Amino acid sequence: MSTQSTRFAARLMVAPSVLVLLVWMIVPLGLTIWYSFRIFRLLSPERTGWTYRNYTWFFNAPDFWLALVNTLLLVGGVLIITVILGTLIALLIDQPVHGQGALRILVIAPFFVMPPVAASIWENLFMHPQNGLFAALSRGLGYEPILFLEDYPMASVIGIVSWEWLPFATLILLTALQSLSSEQLEAAEMDGAGALNRFRYIILPHMTRAITVVILIQTIFLLGIFGEIFTTTQGGPGSASTTLPYMIFKQAIVAKDIGRAAAGGIIAVILANLVAIVLMRGIGKNLDA
Amino acid sequence: MARATTPRRKALTTLAAWTVALIIFFPVLWMILTSFKTEASAVAMPPEFLGASWTLENYAEVWQRSDYPRFFWNSVVISVGSTLLGLGLAIPAAWSMAFVPGRRTKDLLMWMLSTKMMPAVAVMIPIYLLFQWLGIYDSKIGLVIALMLMNLPIIIWMLYTYFKEIPSEILEAARMDGANLWNEVLYVLTPMAVPGIASTLLLNVILAWNEAFWTITLTTTKAAPLSAFIASFSAPQGLFYAKLSAASTMAILPILILGWFSQKQLVRGLTFGAVK
Repeated sequence: MSTQSTRFAARLMVAPSVLVLLVWMIVPLGLTIWYSFRIFRLLSPERTGWTYRNYTWFFNAPDFWLALVNTLLLVGGVLIITVILGTLIALLIDQPVHGQGALRILVIAPFFVMPPVAASIWENLFMHPQNGLFAALSRGLGYEPILFLEDYPMASVIGIVSWEWLPFATLILLTALQSLSSEQLEAAEMDGAGALNRFRYIILPHMTRAITVVILIQTIFLLGIFGEIFTTTQGGPGSASTTLPYMIFKQAIVAKDIGRAAAGGIIAVILANLVAIVLMRGIGKNLDA
Repeated sequence: MARATTPRRKALTTLAAWTVALIIFFPVLWMILTSFKTEASAVAMPPEFLGASWTLENYAEVWQRSDYPRFFWNSVVISVGSTLLGLGLAIPAAWSMAFVPGRRTKDLLMWMLSTKMMPAVAVMIPIYLLFQWLGIYDSKIGLVIALMLMNLPIIIWMLYTYFKEIPSEILEAARMDGANLWNEVLYVLTPMAVPGIASTLLLNVILAWNEAFWTITLTTTKAAPLSAFIASFSAPQGLFYAKLSAASTMAILPILILGWFSQKQLVRGLTFGAVK
């Protein structure tokens, strides 16, 4: 349907968006690369000269590899929890139940809670070793309260972030489920397929695309998770729950070493791209179907 | 895939589904309940439910001690402003990619989404310095621009998937009738795409409202929205549970209500049009 002039107009219409995104990507990235090779410490007078030590410092820092593992643990853990629980909950609320509308409103609620609030609810009202509800529950059952943020910091952060993202996963998976024709399922049932087989051979293949969307979109957001850790564990105890973004933040704000923080930023960008490539190679083809 | 079922089975699944839903919702509920308790009642052990002493004082105190209306207004301006600006850029772009696709359109879309993979912390310092230098640090216009750029890829992606569902024959018919490109977009396409645009708008207002990294990094006082209000509140007030809960409730309530009222559009928006 496109003539030469429509094609030109179309390019013209997409240009502003491409242009602003290009600037938004290239300028900060360029500046970060520049700083990452500079000696630039706000706390010391030496602010001149080039160096590659910002990078070697990161690779040799004792908590770097831990931070890397924690970052991947956070992304992987939240993905696994939200996809599995999301699928189960979607299967459950897809059944005919009373008050489906109200039910969905309750399930979707965590999505509207901003990260600082979510983190502070969990930290103070639930996980606090003296005043939290979990502590009350433990004592009620005759056990010592669990020190969530001290003893299991990474697991606690993964739990909090999973709660925030569960509605997103559930809703997307539920939408996919609702488009599955019931005839197919009934036919399988009549042929004697049990509930597990129906799930394995009919429901799950139907949901592949939806699961792919959940994984792709969530990964983008999860790689940058910062606020939840800042509010709850501050990366501790020690650096037990320090992720790559949090480590960069510490270099920039606490150590005030702009060069090192920038080098960490570049490492984080590279990591994000590696994850993206792995994901697209692995599951990207599901999107075309 | 609604299927026929017995009343007994329906009762059982209803019970199970409501239990799960209440567990998921419980943290929000508990926060709201705590916000109406006195401080002593809020930390009482064992926790008090019906026997708690209830009060409105927390809200009164948070209201008095902080400039809630200003934070609220900043949140509204920033989230709505950035979304409208983003839509202004994204509608023509998505139109062009959906109806006049080139060989590289898919790659362009993937690239746009990939700009979101840059962790915000990684580029915090250049953006901070840039905003200082441009004189838009701690200004509403600065945050509108930052959040618009942050959400633009998602806005374009969502609109693209909606526009693709509109049959292009309709556009051709309009062109036969002599409509030029601009009229075509404005009078033929946009009215058909209103539901999609509405979902996109809603989801992005929520994303922008809840954004807590750039809003805190790029503001001090003047342009600080509710996410910054709550961050500044929780630090010194950490142990005053009831007041913290009241402030938290005030920060999320507007968007919670908006989200609940527009649930249908939102669910459609949330799926990025990628799932049917």
